[in-house]
Amino acid sequence: MACIHARGLRRHYGKNVALDGIDLNINEGRIVGLIGPNGAGKSTALNAILGLSPYEGELTVLGHNPWTARDQLMRDVSFIADVAVLPRWMRVSQALDYVAGVHPRFDRAKAAKFLAKTSIPSTASVRELSKGMAVQLHLCLIMAIDAKLLVLDEPTLGLDILYRKQFYDSLLNDYFDHQRTIVVTTHQVEEVQHILTDVMFINRGRIVLDSSMEHFEQRFAEVMVHPEQAAAARSRGPIHERQVFGRSIFLFDGATRDELAAFGEVRTPGIADLFVAVIGNEITETKSSKGVAA
Amino acid sequence: MNMPTNDTRVSRDDDFATHRVAATAAATIAPLKLLYWSVRRELWENRSLYLGPPLVAGVLLFAVVANAIYDGGKADHLINSAIALDPTREAAVFGSLTIGSLSAITAMMLIITVFIVGALYCLDALNGERRDRSILFWKSLPVSDLITVLSKAAIPLVVLPLVALASIVGMHLCMLVFTSAVQLLYGQSGALPWTRAPFFQNALVLLYGLATLALWHAPIYAWLLLVSSWAKRSVLLWAVLPPLVLAAIEGITLGKSYFASLLAHRLGGSPADVFPFKMIDSKGGISPQISSLSELDPLTFLTMPALWGGLAFAAACIAAAVWLRRRREPI
Repeated sequence: MACIHARGLRRHYGKNVALDGIDLNINEGRIVGLIGPNGAGKSTALNAILGLSPYEGELTVLGHNPWTARDQLMRDVSFIADVAVLPRWMRVSQALDYVAGVHPRFDRAKAAKFLAKTSIPSTASVRELSKGMAVQLHLCLIMAIDAKLLVLDEPTLGLDILYRKQFYDSLLNDYFDHQRTIVVTTHQVEEVQHILTDVMFINRGRIVLDSSMEHFEQRFAEVMVHPEQAAAARSRGPIHERQVFGRSIFLFDGATRDELAAFGEVRTPGIADLFVAVIGNEITETKSSKGVAA
Repeated sequence: MNMPTNDTRVSRDDDFATHRVAATAAATIAPLKLLYWSVRRELWENRSLYLGPPLVAGVLLFAVVANAIYDGGKADHLINSAIALDPTREAAVFGSLTIGSLSAITAMMLIITVFIVGALYCLDALNGERRDRSILFWKSLPVSDLITVLSKAAIPLVVLPLVALASIVGMHLCMLVFTSAVQLLYGQSGALPWTRAPFFQNALVLLYGLATLALWHAPIYAWLLLVSSWAKRSVLLWAVLPPLVLAAIEGITLGKSYFASLLAHRLGGSPADVFPFKMIDSKGGISPQISSLSELDPLTFLTMPALWGGLAFAAACIAAAVWLRRRREPI
């Protein structure tokens, strides 16, 4: 069953096109990483999905039109926007009371359990918490909501590496249950790679890659090549090449592992490396095509 | 996760569709409960709403009592001479003012305070949440924009009148007790002030006055909420300037002051329309006293076209504020 379904999703601010007619189909039970450079349209897309901003095109989230039925949608969706947005005056106990009061799927005991694992005092107000603690509090609240779709826009911004790791582990072990859907954007791509089931690259308001992780592993391969074999490897048309310790690392799209094995050790590339390759190529292509046009 | 949850998950898979339907039906919270929590949330955030008016009442009470005690010597003389002249006359505990007019003056000062508190609250209500970006958190919860805006409108229309009522009634009670005590000190019965300023009747009149005033001022509060949801900055300026400019243009180009007098009537108006008495009596003293509840005339008030015109304007402003809140992003 489709959790998020979009056809020709567009949003523009004046002449500036933030979303250029994207198609999305995210099924239930997936953990999708939405990866893109700053200003690529990630947050615009997520805001449309969450009913926070208007859009053109067709969009259904859990059977709702997010723009006209945001409040109904929010019974089944929870999200963290890209910055710490908990009201500064609110006390931890008030946050629990309030969410318990207005959210039919909030499990207060569960939130208290998550909170007990942190060092956040329940009498403190958000103002008194460090940035990391405020994010932790927000995550405790969100993870105690039995939502069908969880949207995390840079959820671990400002958190130290220990807590980031703990958060993703907890997300996978305590929260994810194969019926829920999680959409996450982050710049720390390598930290989420192991939890994702799907990956999407977005650049200049377009989806440039949309792949399941299984397909990703079959489709892309990376091989480290000695300098003497570099020319031969290059002739097979890698999508990206980079130098590490005097060797070339080639990234191939659609090459079988058997044919690449001749050049050296073949492995699955990191999402971050593929991202650099795909988005980097896009940028040079648009530059050169602009040059031709001029 | 632990085992029991996994078990429920298996059974959930069995009749997945029916479970989801049942869950959706159960998973709604009554709008009134959402409204209740939204209002509570406003009170958590703005504690001055319920701490400010009692504090002002306390200060007024202190001033009144301190003044009476400071003037003790004079009062002593006055009280004695008053009793000597006319034993049925109320003792002049508060100098030349009677307890009735003193109650009215302090009540009016508190009502003005509450109006200012309500207006300041409305100016910030839909602007502050965008400024501190907390609107993104509020919008992540299943509370509609309509409920949110209504809860904010309920503060000046329902909560603040009740706070004012409690503060004024408490203040008057203290004043009555104080007057009685002084009179007892001078060998009188101490019952006189209670008949001069009948406590329960005054409380009811006050409730009526506050309710009618809230309805009368509703368009002002609604306008402030609308500006608060619309303006990015200088909310006060955007709220005050357009009506003033409109009134000025009307005066300059048309030579009329219809809009200006409409504004003045709205801001300072209603008591004369609501109550049968004049605030300033023929002798120039302030004596807003009524002798019985039957003098109140809600029918005249409720059939005023100006009231309904104002309420229609208020409803339009609220609707526009709801529409804007959905579209507005953090500033």
